[in-house]
Amino acid sequence: MAISSTLWLWFAVAALGFFHGVNPAMGWLFAVALGLNRRSERVVWLSLAPIVLGHAVAVALVVLAALAVGLIVDPGPLQSIAGLILLAWAAWHAVYGRRHKVRIGMQTGYVGLGVWSFLMANAHGAGLMLIPAVIPLCIAAAPAHQLTARGSTSIALAALGLHTAAMLGASAMISIAVYKWVGLAFLRRGWINLDLLWTGALIACGIILLAL
Amino acid sequence: MATWQPDPSFYPSPRLAAKAPPETLAYVAAFDPQRTTPDAIAVVDVDPHSSSYSRIVGMVPATHPGDEFHHFGWNACSSCLCPNAPHPHVERRYLVVPGLRSSRIYVLDTKPDPRKPSIVKVVEPQEIAEKTGYTRPHTVHCGPGGIYIAALGNKDGKAPGGVFVMDQETFEPLGRWEVDRGPQQLGYDVWWHLGYDTLVTSEWGTPDTFENGLVPEILLGSKYGRRLHFWDFTKRRHLQEIDFGEEHQLVFELRPAHDPTKAHGFVNCVISLKDLSSSIWTWYRAGDQWAVKKIISIPAEPADPDLLPPVLKGFKAVPPLVTDIDLSMDDRFLYVACWGTGDLQQYDVSDPLNPKLTGKVRIGGIVARAGHPGAENGKLNGGPQMVEVSRDGRRVYFTNSLYGAIDPQFYPEGIDGWMVKLDARPEGGIGFDPKFFVDWPKGQRPHQVRLQNGDCSSDSYCYP
Repeated sequence: MAISSTLWLWFAVAALGFFHGVNPAMGWLFAVALGLNRRSERVVWLSLAPIVLGHAVAVALVVLAALAVGLIVDPGPLQSIAGLILLAWAAWHAVYGRRHKVRIGMQTGYVGLGVWSFLMANAHGAGLMLIPAVIPLCIAAAPAHQLTARGSTSIALAALGLHTAAMLGASAMISIAVYKWVGLAFLRRGWINLDLLWTGALIACGIILLAL
Repeated sequence: MATWQPDPSFYPSPRLAAKAPPETLAYVAAFDPQRTTPDAIAVVDVDPHSSSYSRIVGMVPATHPGDEFHHFGWNACSSCLCPNAPHPHVERRYLVVPGLRSSRIYVLDTKPDPRKPSIVKVVEPQEIAEKTGYTRPHTVHCGPGGIYIAALGNKDGKAPGGVFVMDQETFEPLGRWEVDRGPQQLGYDVWWHLGYDTLVTSEWGTPDTFENGLVPEILLGSKYGRRLHFWDFTKRRHLQEIDFGEEHQLVFELRPAHDPTKAHGFVNCVISLKDLSSSIWTWYRAGDQWAVKKIISIPAEPADPDLLPPVLKGFKAVPPLVTDIDLSMDDRFLYVACWGTGDLQQYDVSDPLNPKLTGKVRIGGIVARAGHPGAENGKLNGGPQMVEVSRDGRRVYFTNSLYGAIDPQFYPEGIDGWMVKLDARPEGGIGFDPKFFVDWPKGQRPHQVRLQNGDCSSDSYCYP
């Protein structure tokens, strides 16, 4: 794989982090709400930590699980399986994604917030979305173009780090901007239907994997 | 269907909702007390610039007679913007209308023509009983994760009543809400403090104790509801019960502060067994518990027994019978409907434990029979009952019937339905809009009013 296409993959990992961070359902809005309810900008900043951590753990579990399967299964079938799972997830998300059980409320502590973020990232298939970028990165880095436990882990962790940093950056930027300057009225028009885009992204990732 | 932007009638905070444009239509539940013709949702023109202002411009009849339309609500509202269960790309479009007697639930689509809603789904009582274990659906609130409906009876029409949840788009009953109901048995109203993860329920009684009218022995024995219940909204468990005591009967309408940072709300108690007075109570947070305080007591008015219905003759007094209250969006003004005396009172409750009376009008009433400038025949019966406040707090609407089987106990000659509107001044004070008097079509009586795009008892908010 050429250097430039590897660069593109790293870019995709970061862009997905940004995309996840921008989605209010991934947590920046929760941070704003808690800050407003507790009248503290500090709470907005502090809330971002468990939100990003919960997201990172959810994504890491899925990506590492995919890699673990990849050590046993050949890359070809692995990518097809992952692609089909992504498409199924997209269908589920389109039909039932709007249903939310209210498990964590506005009085939640930081642990609860982390759990909420973990559950939301899982339900949205956030980790699955990274597979089409992370697996080719790991394959590209391996000398024989085969997944190996040692080589893959470090690449995967680097990718997770980049994804998480991008997600944190986007979340922090938007939540602080809305909290301090933009105001809540922004939500009335500015909160576009990211769920639709999200379903589209899941489908796109699934198709990419099947086509690879 | 999913939309690209949030429904324009959703507002993140009550502060923003109070700036919403004035409503142009009101939906009103109307029922036939004889139970021979189908009940209906009436559409009333409330746009003062319209040529059909203050007239009924649409009527959607039910598919069956005898449902007893009472309270109803929207499928979705501002709580869809809550950050913990976000899904704001649904439309506030469907009215969910339960039959309190039949336990049937109608779903009305208010689009494409809001003046001509149509019934798009009927959920039969068997399905609700099977999937939720409840009957006699009463209050309907759009909330995080679904439509919450308070029910007064279990599947056999007995205690316990409770709360069940319905899907906001398919209207499938999803199941009972409570995981652990603790000591709670009676149901009536439900609402919540989203900022405090707390749900509150109040009490009336089981269907067999009200479907043929109030039973004097049960009332005088203090066996109707008199408690508030506080629940953990997220764990769906009972936390605390507050008993108002033997003297107090019928603890009804829950009006929590709209501002999610405020931990207080108001509830009315219809009657005191000691002196027939009605009372308003504030619930508030005291340490890590909830507490209540009686903040308003409205006394019964002495009256000539000849002018009183049989049930009251011995008391020689008209009880105020406060049967509904409503709180303005800014949590400043509380409206109190005295169905017995005919008063509609306005209190400034900026300090929730020290209310100030800021306005009062009188219309109808068991003895007063007060008139209205827009009414053709002077003396009116029935009294202020279901009251609804516009989001900007400038207009107050109310109707005059309480409940089919109870109306004749206090108004034995029957109730001629009407709906009126008050104009409210921003700094307090209310007065009738002389041009707004809806002389309700004979054969039906009006009950709850819902305003197009939301009102002060429909939406709840996660942001201050």
